[in-house]
Amino acid sequence: MAKELKLMKGNEAIARAMIASGTDGYFGYPITPQSEVMETLMAEKPWEETGMVVLQAESEMASINMVYGGAATGKKVATSSSSPGISLMQEGLTYLAGAEIPCLVVNVMRGGPGLGTIQPSQSDYFQSVKGGGHGDYQLYTLAPASVQEMYDFVFDAWDIAFKYRNPVLILSDGAIGQCMEKLYTRDYVPRWTEEERRKNAPWGTWGKPANRPHNIITSLELDSARQEVFNHKLQAKYAEMKEKEVRYEMLNCDDADYIFVAYGSSSRIAMKAMQMAREKGIKVGLFRLITLFPFPTKQLADVAKHVKGILCVEMSAGQMIEDVRLATECNVKTEHFGRFGGIIPTPTEVLEALENKIIK
Amino acid sequence: MNQDIEARKQELLNQGYTEVYTKTKVLTDAVMHYCPGCGHGTTHRLVAEVIDEMGIQDNVVGVSPVGCSVLAYNYFDIDFQEAAHGRAPALATAVKRLNPDTFVFTYQGDGDLAAIGTAETIHACNRGENITMIFVNNGIYGMTGGQMAPTTLIGMKSATTPYGRRVDINGYPLRITELISTLPGTYYVTRQSVQTPAAVRKAKAAIRKAFENQKLKKGLSFVEILSNCNSGWKMTPVQANKWMEDNMMPNYPVGDIKVDGKLVENVDVARLAVDHPLSVMQ
Amino acid sequence: MAFKGQIVIDTERCKGCAVCLAACPVQCIALSKNVNGKGYNYTETVNDKCIGCASCAMVCPDGVISVYKIKC
Repeated sequence: MAKELKLMKGNEAIARAMIASGTDGYFGYPITPQSEVMETLMAEKPWEETGMVVLQAESEMASINMVYGGAATGKKVATSSSSPGISLMQEGLTYLAGAEIPCLVVNVMRGGPGLGTIQPSQSDYFQSVKGGGHGDYQLYTLAPASVQEMYDFVFDAWDIAFKYRNPVLILSDGAIGQCMEKLYTRDYVPRWTEEERRKNAPWGTWGKPANRPHNIITSLELDSARQEVFNHKLQAKYAEMKEKEVRYEMLNCDDADYIFVAYGSSSRIAMKAMQMAREKGIKVGLFRLITLFPFPTKQLADVAKHVKGILCVEMSAGQMIEDVRLATECNVKTEHFGRFGGIIPTPTEVLEALENKIIK
Repeated sequence: MNQDIEARKQELLNQGYTEVYTKTKVLTDAVMHYCPGCGHGTTHRLVAEVIDEMGIQDNVVGVSPVGCSVLAYNYFDIDFQEAAHGRAPALATAVKRLNPDTFVFTYQGDGDLAAIGTAETIHACNRGENITMIFVNNGIYGMTGGQMAPTTLIGMKSATTPYGRRVDINGYPLRITELISTLPGTYYVTRQSVQTPAAVRKAKAAIRKAFENQKLKKGLSFVEILSNCNSGWKMTPVQANKWMEDNMMPNYPVGDIKVDGKLVENVDVARLAVDHPLSVMQ
Repeated sequence: MAFKGQIVIDTERCKGCAVCLAACPVQCIALSKNVNGKGYNYTETVNDKCIGCASCAMVCPDGVISVYKIKC
C-alpha cells in the first residue's frame, strides 16, 4: 500500500498501521471499545500479504503472554485491549519490562472502575505511568489525539521499543478508537528478514547457534545485589528516555495567561475551549502531552513560569494533575476538570471550569 | 569441567573401552539446584538427550515455568524463555506461530500447568499448537514448600493439607492429562515415569516421539512424567520412588493415552477423567 | 558375550541420592563414607562386578555417571 488519503476509525488505523509497519504478530482478545483492531486484522488477512501472524487468544492474560513469547524471539509483536483487559495484562507487562522485551500494547480506554462502562474515559493514567504491575518499571507511553496519530504512533512505537528494549504503550481512548477521520497512510515497511531480526535483536531466543552462548529471557534474579544492579540499569534507561524521547505540543502558549494541559481526546476538547476563550479575549494556550511517560516536566515548568493558572483537562477524577503539579512544583494555581465514567466533557464546560476554578 | 574425570574417561577409551553413556553437552555444567533424587534432573537429562540426538540444539526454544523448574534455563544450553506462573503454553504458542520451523517445548510442573495455568494449557492443547509440553507431576508444590497441588492424592498430607487431602474440602485430584487427551488438538498424550532404568528408557522414547511429532504439524504432544518429590513427601529418594509406584501410579496410570491422534483402545479415558474410584490413602 | 564395565563418577556433582544403588543389578556401587564439597556422601564403585549396563546412569538425576564397557 502506498501513501493514500483514507477515512477510517482509530481502531482500524491501529490495525492497518500494524500491518504497514512490518509487525510480525498480533495476539488479542475482544473487548469493547477496541474490538475493531482484531476484526480489521482478521478481515485483512495480513498473513497472506506480509506474513504477519494474527491469533485470537483465550484471554488477555494469554494474549499478553503470547506477546512475551513471540516478542522474546526478537520479532515485532503487539496486542491491544481496553481498560479491564489491560488490568488483566499488568502481570505480563511487568514481566515484559523486567525481561526488557520490546513490544507494543494499545489501550483504548473506557470508564471504570471494575467493569465500568464501554464509553470513553482517561482514568488509566496512573495504571499506565505509575506502574500498573509490581516493581520499578516504566512503559514508554504515547497518547494519540487523532486517527492519524493512532496510525503514526504504531510506527514510532517500534523505533522506541527496539531502541530501548522496552514495552511501548499507546494510551488511547474510546473516542479516538471509535471516531472516523481522514488519514494519510504510509508506504509499507517490510517485515524484518531473518538477518535483520538477528541484527536488531541479538538477545532474542530463536535457537542457539554454535557460535554464541544461549540467550535467556527472564526477569528472575535471585541474587539481590545483582537485581539491584539490574534495577539501576533500568532506571538509567528511563532517565535516557526522559532526556531524549519527550514529546509534547504547544498551541498559543507564548502569550497565554492561562493554559490547558491535556492529552488524547481531552486535548481536542480543550483546543476548542481555547479557541472559544480567545474569542472572548481570554489568552489561553494548550499544552498537549504526547508522551505521558516520559512526562515533559522541564518544558511544562518553563511554560508555567509565565502563566497565571493551569487547568488540567482529563476524563478522570484527576490523575495527570499530580504530575503537572510536580512539574510546576505547585508554583502556579493548578486545578483539574474532568467528567468520568464514560462522559465526555463539552468545550463550554471546560471553559466554564477555567473561569470558575482558575480565573475567578 | 573436572580435569581428573576427563583424564580418566580418556584413559578408559585408550584401554579399548567404548563409551556407553555420558552426560549430553546440551546440558550445561551448572549443578542443578534440585533436591537429591528429584525426577526433574532426570527429566531434564532426557529432554536434553533427545535434543542432542535429533541434532536440533541450534533450532529449539524452551519455556520454563514458575516452580521448581523455574531455573531450567540455566541447565539447558539452548535458547530459553522463563514464563510467568502458568503462562508457558501462551509463550510457546507465539514462539511457534512466529517461528514455525523451530522446535518449541514447555516444561512445567503440576501447580503451574494444572492449577494457575489450566486455561493456557487447555487452550494451547485445543488449538493443536505444534509444540511439545513436558509436564512433571509430583503431586505437590515443591518450590514453595510442599503445599497441596491440584494433583495431590486424596488423603495425602501436604503443608496445606496437614491432615490429608479431603474431598469435601479440597475436591478431587485433577487428571489433566486424561482431560486434555479428549481434546481434538492433541496428537500424542502419554504418562511416563523416571524412577527405574526401564521407565527412563520408555520416558525418553516418549519425549523423542513428542519432539519428532512437531515435524508432522498435526497437533500438540504432551508428555506427563510422574516424579517423586522426596523432600516434599518427607522421604528418602529411594523410599519416595517406591511410594510413587505404590500410591501415585494407581491414580495416575503410566502408559500412552493417545497416539497419532487416536485414543489408545484399552485406556478408558472417560472412566479416568470422569468416574473416579480414586484410591484413598490411609 | 560378557562385558566388563567401568563407571566414572563426577563425585563433586553427586548428591548422594542413592537412586543409582537401587537401579544397579550387580550391586557394584555404594555411598562413600566420605563426603564431597557440598557435604553429600557420594557414590563410588565398591567391586569389579560392573557390567557396563548404564542402569545407574539412566536414573541419575544429575548426570554425574559416565559408563564404559569392554568385551571380555
